[in-house]
Amino acid sequence: MELYSLGIKELGNKLKKGEITSADICKSLLERIERINPKINAYVNLDLGFLQKKAKESNVSSYNNFLAGIPLAIKDNICVKGELTTCASRILSGFRPPYDATVIQKIKKSNAIPFGKVNMDEFAFGSSTETSCYGPVCNPWDLSRIPGGSSGGSAAAVASDIAVAALGSDTGGSIRQPAALTGVVGMKPTYGRISRYGLLAFASSLDQIGPIAKTVEDCALLLSVISGYDTKDSTSVNTGIPDFQSTLSNPIKGMKIGIPKEYFKKIGIEKDVYERIEESIRLFSNLGAEIIDVSLPHTEYAISTYYIIASSEASSNLARYDGVQYGLRLKDASTTMEMYKKTRNMGFGNEAKRRIILGTYALSSGYYDAYYLRAMKVRTKMLRDFEEVFKICDCLLTPTSPTVAFKMGEKLEDPLSMYLSDVFTIPVNLAGLPAISIPCGFSKAKGTELPIGLQLIGNYFKENLILQIAYNFEQKAQVYKIKPEGL
Amino acid sequence: MHTNENGKHEAVIGLEVHVQLLTKTKIFCSCKNEFGHLPNTLSCPVCLGLPGSLPVFNKEVLKLVIKIALALNCEISNLMKFDRKNYFYPDLPKNYQISQYDLPVAKNGFLEIASEGKAKNIRIRRVHLEEDAGKLVHDDNRTGDSFVDFNRTGTPLAEIVSEPDIFSPEQAYDFLKGLKNTLLYIDVSDCNMEEGSLRCDANVSVRKIGEKKLGTKVEVKNMNSFKAVKSALEYEIKRQIDILNAGNAIAQETRLWDADKQKTFGMRSKEETEDYRYFPEPDLVPFNISSLYINDIQKTLPELPSQKTERFITKYGLDKKTTDFIISDKYMADFFEQCVALCGDSKKVANWISGSIAMEMNSRNVDFLMLTIRPEQIADLINLVDSQTISATTAKKVFSEMLETKELPSLIVDSKKLGQVSGEAELSAIIDNVLNRNEKSITDYLAGKQQAFSFLIGQVMKETSGKANPQVVSKILMQKIKNKKAGKNE
Repeated sequence: MELYSLGIKELGNKLKKGEITSADICKSLLERIERINPKINAYVNLDLGFLQKKAKESNVSSYNNFLAGIPLAIKDNICVKGELTTCASRILSGFRPPYDATVIQKIKKSNAIPFGKVNMDEFAFGSSTETSCYGPVCNPWDLSRIPGGSSGGSAAAVASDIAVAALGSDTGGSIRQPAALTGVVGMKPTYGRISRYGLLAFASSLDQIGPIAKTVEDCALLLSVISGYDTKDSTSVNTGIPDFQSTLSNPIKGMKIGIPKEYFKKIGIEKDVYERIEESIRLFSNLGAEIIDVSLPHTEYAISTYYIIASSEASSNLARYDGVQYGLRLKDASTTMEMYKKTRNMGFGNEAKRRIILGTYALSSGYYDAYYLRAMKVRTKMLRDFEEVFKICDCLLTPTSPTVAFKMGEKLEDPLSMYLSDVFTIPVNLAGLPAISIPCGFSKAKGTELPIGLQLIGNYFKENLILQIAYNFEQKAQVYKIKPEGL
Repeated sequence: MHTNENGKHEAVIGLEVHVQLLTKTKIFCSCKNEFGHLPNTLSCPVCLGLPGSLPVFNKEVLKLVIKIALALNCEISNLMKFDRKNYFYPDLPKNYQISQYDLPVAKNGFLEIASEGKAKNIRIRRVHLEEDAGKLVHDDNRTGDSFVDFNRTGTPLAEIVSEPDIFSPEQAYDFLKGLKNTLLYIDVSDCNMEEGSLRCDANVSVRKIGEKKLGTKVEVKNMNSFKAVKSALEYEIKRQIDILNAGNAIAQETRLWDADKQKTFGMRSKEETEDYRYFPEPDLVPFNISSLYINDIQKTLPELPSQKTERFITKYGLDKKTTDFIISDKYMADFFEQCVALCGDSKKVANWISGSIAMEMNSRNVDFLMLTIRPEQIADLINLVDSQTISATTAKKVFSEMLETKELPSLIVDSKKLGQVSGEAELSAIIDNVLNRNEKSITDYLAGKQQAFSFLIGQVMKETSGKANPQVVSKILMQKIKNKKAGKNE
């Protein structure tokens, strides 16, 4: 077994036993990155010399936790001190933050290595990682297809064994959907579980950093390290961090898994996706879980609600990219306003502009009540829906994405159909709940084997419960062991 | 009421006052909140608005704004919530300002002011919190470049908005003075207009007297002193009345006061006003303000001007007019009490303050603090007069001397030998001389001319350069004339 193909748990064990060093892992990864990354385009601003230097310097002396000595891929919207952090946008070209995000501080403190920056949709606007200024990321299962998005770089890197695990961010499904489409595990924790300090904001009330990993256990290990209350983020919640790993293998007999009927009514679900989810439900049943039908009546309003709230917040969050302090500035302007216009016109891609305009419009005087305020009211109703169902079940099961990975360019010019990719993941962000996507099978309908993911949604701060349910499934289904071939 | 010559129009004014709050650190980060440092030495990722940074509310700010709310008799909101005000400007690093929109921390208060000799309540519409912006520095002469100093970015600001209860520039001036005084009393801001810790914009309209409906409102900005506010309002009201008298309509707009030209100039019209696209700040979690917390602050609230007025009248037996004057400046009121503690005579201290000190402030056109008088100086002066060491006339001279040299009056009296001559033996010799030289005056006095006696006293005072104790002089003089008369008759 090559080191690059292993996960956190396996590598951690070898490190602890002294069989390998952190530098060995980095070396193995670097060789693989050099070979594979040109096909996948997961790492951005790749500076092999810099990574080699990091590899050499990674002489971790104490492996007191599973993350010590493990290199991690970091989504390009998370600040790493002194390293390019650009949100895959031209407007942030050359920006090196003078500080570490809280999650990066935590990773460094546990002696893990923030290794390289990985690709994403520009400012996390997208579900295909095609809107990046660095060009699209390819799905390791079929290079002509998208890996999902916006954390497509994180997911594709883990799926193609050029990253041990990765950090992503999830505003409407940006961790779970690419995890599903590339056959890896991705989790969006409860809003407030992980500090957002140092995450370049897309939609502040929806954004959450989370792990993407090869297994549920790796996901739990990484989650333990990055979780926790942060005085620098007022929206982080001061609640204890449970031991996510120790409860994983507890049986799930008698647990109640809710199947929200609204999620299966949608005509957009592909046949194979539907069938794999049905099979998965049977598998859970075999594991002793009780399957119950539930209803989330306001589900149909999720996408419109989300696009109003997320775009409104984004239009304000992205206002700071103006060419004054950092990033791109077009100097050929005679007034400040002209400089703003030229810089922002050149700096932002089409999808970013579309969302800024949408959000600006929704917040405008005279429209605020009809759009933003109304969306906030619907959001509250959706939250109540979830509160009701969690009175009767431990978690909810849905497909992560209605489709398998689609072709590059297929939906790029059709934003509305692109937005539908997140129909099952968006309600979770609106409610602030935790959810995980795990591989549950494949579709061969498109000629090549393409992964399918299932989503487990938990109650607030019940990450340990959905990790446990996911782990039981994973161990039984054994889908995670199948890797893309021919890279 | 401010009216034009034929008395057809009146002005209606509302003021918006921004005050920087005196906290140790900024409103959303731990950078120091101080004035006068080198540019961009007080900044961090949060107040620079760097990508990924998040604001965290400084609770010290809440304490200060609640003090303001209580001092202005406001209703305090149960819920503390922030909003984003979106606009592009290079001194605003995030291109939105964290402010409060639909739920200000306090509303519906009032401030009692003394204006044109009468007490008047000006209603306070709202008090809300926001972050200050940075400062642009233009290098117009050399490169034409502009620079941004972010030291001020994130300084906590309270915006205090009055109702349109002000009807003249004088009232606006009195309101600002009263407000500043109150804010100084509760120690929430240093209210220094030169350093920008207090800034004021005005909304002004005019209407026909008797009309209920407000006229078209014009916002006036860029006034850098209370006097500038007064002048700008005077100019603006006249401008508006002239337009109406010419049969034209007032345009709703924002105008800037130009202090050099003493005129207002249009900045932007209503059509150009920005849409700030307010929405709730998602990075800050709303929280409750408990009545317990408010009560605790209420307990620590120092005496307010209105309470102090009442106490001064009852405790020190001062009249309302004198009290209003002393109270109008916190430092002067403190000074008054310190003086009384030293010398025990409130009336005499009040006389000094409303007399010589007020005159000095007027003629120099300065605040009380600028005179730099120490309480022990006035107490000393009062003692010198009480003990008849110096006369009231000399005391005034010593006072002027004291303002220049900053010395203690008794030291001035000693070194300049200004002490009153009361010794009978010393005075007796001088008086004998005077009497010998002025035989005619004695005759006149004895013949019933009272002025002759005053003349003789004047001569003695002249001989002693005014230091002779007039009572003693009068007594000896009377005695000697009596003796002379008796001698003649013998």
